[in-house]
Amino acid sequence: MKDFIIPTKDWNKDMGTPARAGKPVTLNIDGVAVTVPAGTSVMRAAQEAGIAIPKLCATDSLEPIGSCRLCMVQIDGMRGTPASCTTPVHEGMQVHTQTEDLKRLRRGVMELYISDHPLDCLTCAANGDCELQDMAGAVGLREVRYTPGENHFETRSNGEANPRYIAKDISNPYFSYDPAKCIVCMRCVRACEEVQGTFALTIEGRGFDARISPAAPDFLSSDCVSCGACVQACPTATLVEKSVEDIGTPERSVVTTCAYCGVGCSFEAQMRGDELVRMVPWKGGQANRGHSCVKGRFAYGYANHADRILNPMIRDSIDQPWREVSWVEALDFTATRLRAIQARHGKDSVGVITSSRCTNEETFLVQKLARAVFGTNNTDTCARVCHSPTGYGLKQTFGTSAGTQNFDSVEKTDLAVVIGANPTDGHPVFASRLRKRLRAGAKLIVIDPRRIDLLETPHLGQSWHLALRPGTNVAVLTAMAHVIVTEGLQDGTFIAERCDLDEWADYIEFVQNPDYAPEAVEGLTGVPAPLLREAARAYAAAPNAAIYYGLGVTEHSQGSTTVIAIANLAMMTGNIGREGVGVNPLRGQNNVQGSCDMGSFPHELPGYRHVSDDAARAIFERAWGVTLDPEPGLRIPNMLDAAVAGQFKGLYVQGEDILQSDPDTRHVSAGLAAMECVIVHDLFLNETANYAHVFLPGSTFLEKDGTFTNAERRINPVRRVMAPKNGYADWEVTQMLANAMGAGWSYTHPREIMAEIAATTPGFANVTYEMLDERGSVQWPCNDSAPEGSPIMHVDGFVRGKGRFIRTAYVPTEERTGPRFPLLLTTGRILSQYNVGAQTRRTANVVWHDQDVLEIHPHDAETRGIKEGDWVRLASRAGDTTLRAVLTDRVSPGVVYTTFHHPTTQANVVTTDNSDWATNCPEYKVTAVQVALSNGPSDWQERYAVQAAAARRIEAAE
Amino acid sequence: MNAADKLTRMANQIATFFESQTGDQAAGVAAHINENWSPPMRAGLLDHIAQGGADLKPLVIEAAPLIRPAPARAL
Repeated sequence: MKDFIIPTKDWNKDMGTPARAGKPVTLNIDGVAVTVPAGTSVMRAAQEAGIAIPKLCATDSLEPIGSCRLCMVQIDGMRGTPASCTTPVHEGMQVHTQTEDLKRLRRGVMELYISDHPLDCLTCAANGDCELQDMAGAVGLREVRYTPGENHFETRSNGEANPRYIAKDISNPYFSYDPAKCIVCMRCVRACEEVQGTFALTIEGRGFDARISPAAPDFLSSDCVSCGACVQACPTATLVEKSVEDIGTPERSVVTTCAYCGVGCSFEAQMRGDELVRMVPWKGGQANRGHSCVKGRFAYGYANHADRILNPMIRDSIDQPWREVSWVEALDFTATRLRAIQARHGKDSVGVITSSRCTNEETFLVQKLARAVFGTNNTDTCARVCHSPTGYGLKQTFGTSAGTQNFDSVEKTDLAVVIGANPTDGHPVFASRLRKRLRAGAKLIVIDPRRIDLLETPHLGQSWHLALRPGTNVAVLTAMAHVIVTEGLQDGTFIAERCDLDEWADYIEFVQNPDYAPEAVEGLTGVPAPLLREAARAYAAAPNAAIYYGLGVTEHSQGSTTVIAIANLAMMTGNIGREGVGVNPLRGQNNVQGSCDMGSFPHELPGYRHVSDDAARAIFERAWGVTLDPEPGLRIPNMLDAAVAGQFKGLYVQGEDILQSDPDTRHVSAGLAAMECVIVHDLFLNETANYAHVFLPGSTFLEKDGTFTNAERRINPVRRVMAPKNGYADWEVTQMLANAMGAGWSYTHPREIMAEIAATTPGFANVTYEMLDERGSVQWPCNDSAPEGSPIMHVDGFVRGKGRFIRTAYVPTEERTGPRFPLLLTTGRILSQYNVGAQTRRTANVVWHDQDVLEIHPHDAETRGIKEGDWVRLASRAGDTTLRAVLTDRVSPGVVYTTFHHPTTQANVVTTDNSDWATNCPEYKVTAVQVALSNGPSDWQERYAVQAAAARRIEAAE
Repeated sequence: MNAADKLTRMANQIATFFESQTGDQAAGVAAHINENWSPPMRAGLLDHIAQGGADLKPLVIEAAPLIRPAPARAL
């Protein structure tokens, strides 16, 4: 059985300069004929022909600049020795890469480089992985004739401090910058600009004085976002991972998928033995194309954190300390309790929550455990609290619960609309790809209460910021539709061919109503009517316009209606079914898409088939040998309501921390406290575990095989690079629990679970591990009608047949401001932390964000006597907490903003139990609050700290 | 807010959406509830309607005959 994919050298071969698209051009290099697209560099053409021209400043992720002069070649009919990286090919060109002249010149260039470089190769972190070393060897450098003189690497020269020496910068927790080793190839500066789009690095000085600079005292205090692109681009040890300095160079590499956000970046886990040396973004990854962010690249240290629990634990009641026990005892205890609960209260008195952080295979097993073993459809997943409205809205309008595009599609976008999303923080690698497109001239419309960083993209062209009041998405989007329809800007041909015309006629009647004119909704939304009209016209006029949205769309009482409004806009402008357009939900967690696909919802079997569908049920009844319940089960908030009412008693939660992540914390804790058997299956004693009776230790993404499905429906392989520290992969733990309940499952590898998924779920019919090994990844649907998978959906027609326009009447949320709670709180996240922070808080990422803070407009702060950094009390009708204030005009007056990464602040104590009308997705994004100066932690915070400390006690081993 | 109040609020939110739609609005409300609500939740709502349906929108009451009663089930 082939468990490891060890990339061949070719997978990461550096072609020198980026690929081009153009007509074929044939040339001759060292007597080898080669045909490449017009616009290709001579360097890349040579590499295609198998000839590696020496180089230092060129690499294929960056545009060439021809600075190092090492890659010079001779070309018949051309004077001198042009740089092959910046010279484009032309038909019939005769190129010579190795001549006596070139050999002599290249040695001269290398000699100059080495004359200003320390010769400490044996103790250098890049030893064995240094392009300068490689090139010195390649050009046959044998001596350096220059006598010692002015240089940048000696700390002292002639008995005095060397004024040119700059000490190593170790301020970033993950990589170091040693100017002494720098050859000023500018790859780092260009990577920061071209790949990441942050422009944090620059060159100071000219000629011999030229130095790389973060334009700040050090990297940590600069604009650097620690994405690692510069480290990856550096040919020497100037910018190098601290883990490589500590451990040494890796000896093998396994391609796997990041376990953070829904972008689903491919990485090489570079290993020495079973120790992870570093994570390097894989060039072959089709979601990330070789880029990464600070989380996936560096923040994996939680896997070895001392807080990780490695043995199962149980307790009779939650006021007792935990007792470490064997797996057998823990599973017997659990099975006995669950059986007793079901015998007393009925089979629907228990349920499961699947994890959007676990693999498809693991999620599939957890919902199967509920449906086939517990005999109940009480299964839900954290997608309930993030993207359930996406599922509902897109299924109603298009016929399928998923985004329409791949990430590559952004390269063809002429205008991007970003609604309720903050990609530079939440989906950083996608944001970099979008920024690249924005620098190339694409336009940008941001619909968000807060001025997000994307609006501050360097070299951003035309852009509009519709800074709406939280809770008015539907009014704004419907007003945009009003402008498009009343001004006749719709794509009549697309609508006539692809959409249901009766529904379109009905929709026109609705949307033409003057109540939806921008001027009419301006007072409500706070968006100036002329600005809204301009934005609507720009969206309709763009040849390719794409909508990207996040939880600022879904987490509202009208979340589903907003998704429908987005779909309406895309359909009426014909922005569906080709590259560069579409409706793109940015998924929060790595496997939100997958957990929804795998039947985690209480009303849907895998593949989004309703439990009342007799034919679908029959497929699973045959496969599983059981009778399935045709009635929908409970959603997470319904489970908690039922628990408080005494009807719901047992819950298995895999890889999810509902106490911290779900709204109205007091209600969640009351629900959990009312249960008799809460089983938490996780890496850490998370907040939910304070209310648990059983703790089953989990495994990290490095310790198991499986697949994640990202926001573009891409099924990406996850590969085990080390043995599970807790002894079992999560799918094995679920299987043991099922078997303790008498299930008799016998999976020996996740590939067998995928085979079961493929056999039962039409969209996955042709997916196998062999296919994923061969092709890297595949986008569902992947079956006989789409054997290569589906990068773009709805190409020739909508999945449901005709696209369906649905009326989107604006209904104000019940959450209103008033004298007691005059401000609106909205929540989000930041780059360095992830979700509830369970992983990222246990890494060095805390240097960027060690506490949640409250962003408040200076005007609102002044009227309350609040200054920068003050402790403030944030209160709503649900509860209150305290945190520090940051004054900023990023938020409008009347709006405050915070993140929810830290359990000590617990922003969700403040959020309410309001939810989306269709899916019960909580309304995190709108809470009426008051803010006032405070002396320190609230009573709730103090009580919580005491309770949490008591609940986390572990009895000393006997 | 107790469980019955929450069901009332949820049902009213669903009705509010369908009030703005054309076609059979009551059927829309009932279908949404039948597809998404577990039997005990539907039973809770129907009980509340049987007791007069305080605070429920007329459209929810109108949809009641179309809401599938909870099936009898063994423990």
